[in-house]
Amino acid sequence: MEIFAQQIVNGLVLGSIYALVALGYTMVYGILGLINFAHGDITMIGALVSLTVIQLLAAAGVPAPVILVLAGGSAVLVCAILGLSIERIAYRPLRRAPRLAPLITAIGVSILLQYSAALIWGKQYISLPEIIEPAQFTIFGAQLTSLQAAIFLLACTIMAGLLWFIKASRMGRAMRATEQNPDVAGLMGVNTNTVIAFTFVLGSAIGAIAGLMVVLYYGLGHYFMGFMLGLKAFTAAVLGGIGNVGGAVLGGLLLGIIESLAAGYIGDLTGGVLGSNYRDIFAFLVLVLVLVLRPSGLLGQPGGERA
Amino acid sequence: MHMHTLRHITAALIAATLITACGKETPPPAPKAEAPKAPEVLTVKIGSASPLTGPQAHIGIDIRNGVQLAVEDLNAKGVEIGGKKVKLELVSEDDEANPTKATTVAQKLVDAKVAAVVGHFNSGASIPASKVYADGGVPQISPSSTNPDYTLKGFKTTFRVVAHDGQQGPTLARFAVNTLKAKNIAIIDDSTAYGQGLADNFEATAKTLGAKIIAREHTTDKDTDFKAILTRIKGKKPDLIMFGGIDPQAGPMVKQMKELGIKARFIGGDGMQTPNFIKLAGDASDGAMASIPGLPKDQMPGGKAFLEKYKAKFNQEVELFAPMGYDAVFVFVEAMKRAGSADPAKFLAEIGKTDYQGVIGPIAFDDKGDLKNGPITIYVVKGGKWEPLEIVKPDAAPAATPAASAPAAATPAPETKK
Amino acid sequence: MNATQTRWRWLLWVAVALLLLAAPFLIEATLGRAWVRIADVALLFIMLALGLNIVVGFAGLLDLGYIAFFAVGAYCYALLASPQLAIHWPFLVLLPLGAMVAAVFGILLGAPTLRLRGDYLAIVTLGFGEIIRVLLNNLNRPVNITNGPQGITLIDPLQIGGFSLAQTHSFAGLTFTALHSYYFVFLACAVVSIIISRRLEDSRIGRAWVAIREDELAAASMGINTRNMKLLAFAMGATFGGVAGGLFASFQGFISPESFHLIDSIMVLCMVVLGGMGNVAGVVLGAVLLTALPEALRYIGPLQQRWFGEVFIDPSDLRMLLFGLALVLMMLFRPSGIWPARRRTAENVTERMTEKRHASG
Repeated sequence: MEIFAQQIVNGLVLGSIYALVALGYTMVYGILGLINFAHGDITMIGALVSLTVIQLLAAAGVPAPVILVLAGGSAVLVCAILGLSIERIAYRPLRRAPRLAPLITAIGVSILLQYSAALIWGKQYISLPEIIEPAQFTIFGAQLTSLQAAIFLLACTIMAGLLWFIKASRMGRAMRATEQNPDVAGLMGVNTNTVIAFTFVLGSAIGAIAGLMVVLYYGLGHYFMGFMLGLKAFTAAVLGGIGNVGGAVLGGLLLGIIESLAAGYIGDLTGGVLGSNYRDIFAFLVLVLVLVLRPSGLLGQPGGERA
Repeated sequence: MHMHTLRHITAALIAATLITACGKETPPPAPKAEAPKAPEVLTVKIGSASPLTGPQAHIGIDIRNGVQLAVEDLNAKGVEIGGKKVKLELVSEDDEANPTKATTVAQKLVDAKVAAVVGHFNSGASIPASKVYADGGVPQISPSSTNPDYTLKGFKTTFRVVAHDGQQGPTLARFAVNTLKAKNIAIIDDSTAYGQGLADNFEATAKTLGAKIIAREHTTDKDTDFKAILTRIKGKKPDLIMFGGIDPQAGPMVKQMKELGIKARFIGGDGMQTPNFIKLAGDASDGAMASIPGLPKDQMPGGKAFLEKYKAKFNQEVELFAPMGYDAVFVFVEAMKRAGSADPAKFLAEIGKTDYQGVIGPIAFDDKGDLKNGPITIYVVKGGKWEPLEIVKPDAAPAATPAASAPAAATPAPETKK
Repeated sequence: MNATQTRWRWLLWVAVALLLLAAPFLIEATLGRAWVRIADVALLFIMLALGLNIVVGFAGLLDLGYIAFFAVGAYCYALLASPQLAIHWPFLVLLPLGAMVAAVFGILLGAPTLRLRGDYLAIVTLGFGEIIRVLLNNLNRPVNITNGPQGITLIDPLQIGGFSLAQTHSFAGLTFTALHSYYFVFLACAVVSIIISRRLEDSRIGRAWVAIREDELAAASMGINTRNMKLLAFAMGATFGGVAGGLFASFQGFISPESFHLIDSIMVLCMVVLGGMGNVAGVVLGAVLLTALPEALRYIGPLQQRWFGEVFIDPSDLRMLLFGLALVLMMLFRPSGIWPARRRTAENVTERMTEKRHASG
């Protein structure tokens, strides 16, 4: 029981990170119908920027809370600018092009981000100086740190904030209008270009926060870290119903739990035939199954023309 | 870290260019050499193949530097083979740590008519390349490939001067079971040729010694979340966790063990015996153990002198495999001297009969081309530093313990290894 | 007039054929034997790129896991012609078998993903590619089939009767090393692939694919069985990959899952996209360029050293940066590739004219 509780906790924390990244995918997809392949790599840039800031400030002896705020702030700033420029340079000119074109550009942007990061930060794993010592406590026999709890709460808070923003704010209404029909929204006086650019900025900023969380949680950063994370997060977004903000978080948490339980129990369940080496396959199997059986995802509206 | 590496690369490359430039520009020292009756100087090319670019470049360049140092030392000393004066020449190639590229550069070296090759770094590169060298009749000594398969292909040209996984794994297991008295062992590998090979060999020996393998888990060389498998392992209550893999995984793994409250000891192979492991794991690294083939660098017979020479020459510390590369060249040249020829067809048979006292210790090959009885050193993290704990001979029980005053081995080691 | 033109064209083809036949010897004499090996690899990539071109270029289905078929072909050959399972079948059986197995995998991938639109398909195929690699990496326990990450060694070379391609042969005063012999086998396979691609392009099937690519709904209403046609595209594309994989395994003598990463899928995709999606000649050009370019970029490191005294950019990083940049720029400014398909050029012209009409009207 203790072990099971621990696995659920593991899954929830891992899932919260997936959820934060998945929000970026889902927002851009919702509004543009485009899989922003480069989103995982934007998260990576956010992670490495905050890592560098933490390294510099920790060496200068700045107190930890200040470091965290500054690291998060600079990561959000860099990623927001990055998201904005990527949208402007690589995606906007292709908005009316055949479907294949923006997809291929997205792959190109993803490669560019990865290897630019390799140039700037090198290809080694970069370690995080220990600036915070999270408190450790026990729930239902499961070990939990304050940092893990914070990550989970943060994912939920951002989701709630985002839901409120989209529902209640003027910009949120414009986003919904653009999502439903960009042409009509334009006729109604919505500046769709601004709305789409804003969506990219917001998604990238949340990605930056996710990057900071990954760095704090695992204590390292790497130029290739965005790839697998992005893929899993995309799976989470699809699982929850892509384009749906609540779905992204639900999908993220579910995927995290599925992976944890799979890695933890598959060996015992199959009598040792399958092992934890198949963990990464589960994400893809979930993806294929959802797309085949219920392409609109758990919270999406069935019958939509999404797939 | 990157700037550090870049500077190393730069320094090494500058040195290399300067040297080659000097070599070309200075006229032959003795003008007599051009006279028809003077003994002709035979040029013998020695190839070096390792990753000189990409994430493993620092280790590849380290190997190349070792080879270069040997070539220069031998030239300075003067070598005579079969009564002829010989000048050695280094031909170095970049295999990018990529199996397909490795065969291409191997072909380039064979084309360049090198007499012998020191390389490659990765087993994944050494194995396919060994066929190209065998077809070309060029002997090859790998300074670093630890996959047992490398020497099992029946090629007469294939040698290595490093203990392979089949030697390191069992030795590690003997240490774990006999010395640390581990009874319930959990094993994790990173699903790479290196990590899994090491873990498999560890598992087999640990079992025969009577330890119980209570869990065998796998992760990948890209993953950083091990909570799920560690939680499963925690439920089985191990007293020792063995990891076959490299530091970017080992570091976070130890950290997450601490977070989950796992008290078991942690032990691994040479891939995690790096300063970066300690950085990544933080305080959690204390007490972690890892083995490295070979003696501690400062305890190698000619080690101290070599380390100083290397530092003076390249203005950096030895990473890991430079001494092996250095010795490999001497092994080749000694064989040539004995055969009285620099023709691979003639001196190849002599390599197998090598009995050489090198920087890394005594070098002799078994009939497969593997190093006989390579010593292995176990290190432990103490107060944020790797310290030698015990030197283990592969076939014997743990033997000598280094003097307590042995200075900490703080030399950087590979960040990545396959 | 017409007769002379035909004769000239005929002569041109003979010249090209002679040049291709003499190429390995010319390359060896000028650039060294290593470049013969690079030429061999380039021929393999031509086959791969042509296969992917069927899926992406003709049928417009973005496949990001194409290297999986290459892996399936390679492992099919390696398992049945090596000491790994102690089976040594002749390659004349294995190559068609590898092609068939790859085709089955192609259909297995295609069937569940048929309803998916472009971007979903891309992700699912990417996942499929990773699943295959993870499987190959892990099928060494509990029963050892693929030997896991250690890979399979001692794979049999191509052998016809007593004639082994791995040995050096002499014929008409020329020395044929393994590299030369493989060159001719690969060349023959590549030429066959080109011919099949060209024939497909002009066939009823090829036109059906283009119709699906341009507008699936319209294609279906014209009576095209879109399901079967898409499956056929996957199967055909996979076949090319499977054959190339088998040849690769016998050529290298050693394979491991390391050779079949996502990055390799993307490389092949780059060849297709940069060369010109849908145009056979363009794809061949793309494959040759992208195989030779990284080899040429190797000289960049020492050059930087000489000019600036420092290596600023790793040649391998530079290669990836250039590829990424090329993908983006190509899509923005020349979406039909270096050597566009004729049909695409025609379309672009019409589109531009329509645009102009709109603009002026």
